[in-house]
Amino acid sequence: MDEKIIEAIDLNAWFGEKQALQNINMYMQKNMVTAIIGPSGCGKSTFIRCINRMHETIPGAKASGTLLFKTQNIYSRKIDPVILRRQIGMVFQKPTPFPTMSIFDNVAAGLRLNGENNKQRLCDAVEKSLQEAALWNEVKDMLQKPGVSLSGGQQQRLCVARALAVKPEILLLDEPCSALDPISTGKIEELLHELKKHLTIVIVTHNMQQAARVADFTSFFLLGELVEFGKTKKIFTAPTDTRTEQYITGRFG
Amino acid sequence: MENGQPRSFKIRKIKEKVFLAATMLATLAAIVPLFSLLTYVVIKGISSINLDFFLHCPVPVGESGGGMANAMVGTFIIVSIGCLFSIPIGVLGGLWLAEWGKGKRGFYIRYAVDVMAGFPTIVFGIFAYMLFVLTMKRFSAIAGGFALALVMLPYITKTTEEMVRMVPRSLKESALALGLPEWKVMIFVVLRSAWSGIFTGIMLAVARAAGETAPLLFTAFNNMYWNFRLDQPMASMTVQIYNYAISPFEEWNNLAWAGSLTLVSIILFITLFVRKFSRRVTYG
Repeated sequence: MDEKIIEAIDLNAWFGEKQALQNINMYMQKNMVTAIIGPSGCGKSTFIRCINRMHETIPGAKASGTLLFKTQNIYSRKIDPVILRRQIGMVFQKPTPFPTMSIFDNVAAGLRLNGENNKQRLCDAVEKSLQEAALWNEVKDMLQKPGVSLSGGQQQRLCVARALAVKPEILLLDEPCSALDPISTGKIEELLHELKKHLTIVIVTHNMQQAARVADFTSFFLLGELVEFGKTKKIFTAPTDTRTEQYITGRFG
Repeated sequence: MENGQPRSFKIRKIKEKVFLAATMLATLAAIVPLFSLLTYVVIKGISSINLDFFLHCPVPVGESGGGMANAMVGTFIIVSIGCLFSIPIGVLGGLWLAEWGKGKRGFYIRYAVDVMAGFPTIVFGIFAYMLFVLTMKRFSAIAGGFALALVMLPYITKTTEEMVRMVPRSLKESALALGLPEWKVMIFVVLRSAWSGIFTGIMLAVARAAGETAPLLFTAFNNMYWNFRLDQPMASMTVQIYNYAISPFEEWNNLAWAGSLTLVSIILFITLFVRKFSRRVTYG
C-alpha cells in the first residue's frame, strides 16, 4: 500500500525576510515512518511545523505553496488550522505536560476542552491512549498525580498519549528524544513501531542511527533545501547526493 | 608580608568587613521602624480590643463602648466590589499585554499602567466622586468600590502580565497542536498555569486596597450604622479609624488604635498567607 497521505509541492516558508524552506517537494506514505534529518537550522523543524500549520503561529512567519493532506491543500482558505491540528498531532522536543493538570487530565485535555464531557468515554480514551503510548502500566495507579511528577521519559510518553487521545491520523514528532536518556529513547522508538500500524509518523531527528532504526523513508535537509529523499535503506547505504553521503558519514554537520 | 598574604589582601578583607557591616546596619535601619510600629500598634490597641469591638457599631458621643463591626463588614463589601471591577479587567488586560502587547499599543498601555500604579490614590477618589457621587447625588459603597478597583487595577494587570510571560511558549504550542482554539488555550492552559502567581498578585492588591483611606473619604463616606445597600454610604475600617483618631475623646482615640491593630493584623495575615500558600508552578 503506497498511498500518499501528505504531499508537499513547491513548499516555501519564511521567518520574516529570511527564507527557511525552499521549494520542498516530498511526500509521506500512509502507515509509514518518515524521518527528516539534517544539521541544526536546516529547516527540518520548520517543515513539519508547516504540516499542522504551527509554523504560522510564530509572529512574522509565513508559508506558501501546496501541502496536500490526502486530497486537500491544507493551505487553502477553506481549511481551519484548529480542525486540521486535531487530525495531525504533534509532540515537541521538550516534554510539555500541562503543569496544573493530573496525568489523567493531561491526556483528557484535548477531548475535554473540545467539549467531550461523558466520563466513561473520557476514561476509555485516556486508558486507550496511555496504553498506545506504552505508559499505562506505569501510571494506572496514579492517574490523579500531577503530570509533571513523572520522569522525563514518562512525561514525553504522556505527551504522546495526549496527542493520541484526539485520534489524529498523522503524528509529527519534533526531535522527541533529544531531551531523553537512551533507555527512554528506546521506549519511544519501540512505540513508533507499534503506532505506525494505524498512524502515519513523521519524525525530525538529529540522531542518524535513530532515523536508520525507526524510519521507512528518510529525507535529508540542508540549508532549507531538500537534498535527498528515499527509502531509509537506500539513503544510508547508497545515497545519490555527495552531500548526503558526507553528512551521514559524519564529515560535516 | 605575613604567612604569604600581601598587604593588599588584608586591606581588601577589612574593606569587605566594613562593607558587610554597613549593609547589615542599613537593613536594620529599614526594619526597625516596621517593628517599632507594629509593637506600638499592639501596645496601644490591644487594651481596647474586646468582643464588643467586633460585634457593635460605633455609639454616639457620650455613651461608652461601641466597636467597628459595621466598618469591618463594610471594608469587606467595598473591597469585594473593587475585586469585581478590577479582577476581570486586570487579568484580561494583563493577558493581552503579555500575549499581544508587543507593539506600540502595548508599549503605551504598559506605560499607562505603570503611571497608574504610582498615582496618588486620592485622585482615584475624586474620579469616583465625579462619576458616581455627583451623578447619584449621594455617597455610596459602589463609588468606594470603584475607587478601590482603580487602586487595585495596575497591580493585578502587572502581575498577570509577568506571570503569563513566564508560561513557556512550548506549553502554548502543545495546547494549540491538540487542535484547541486559541481562546481556550489562553484560558484553560495559559491562565490556569499562571493562576497561582496571579492569585498572589490579587491578594496583595486586596491587602493594599483594604488599607486605603483617601479614595473612600468622599466616595463610600462613612456610616455609624449597619448598611448593606450598595447605593448608600457605607462604613469602612480606615475611614472609621480616621474619624475615631481625629476626635477629641480619649475612648475614641483608643478605638482608633484597636481598629489599626485589627486592620494591620488582617493585612499581615493576608500577606503571610499568600507567601505560604502561593507555590510556584514548575514548567516541564
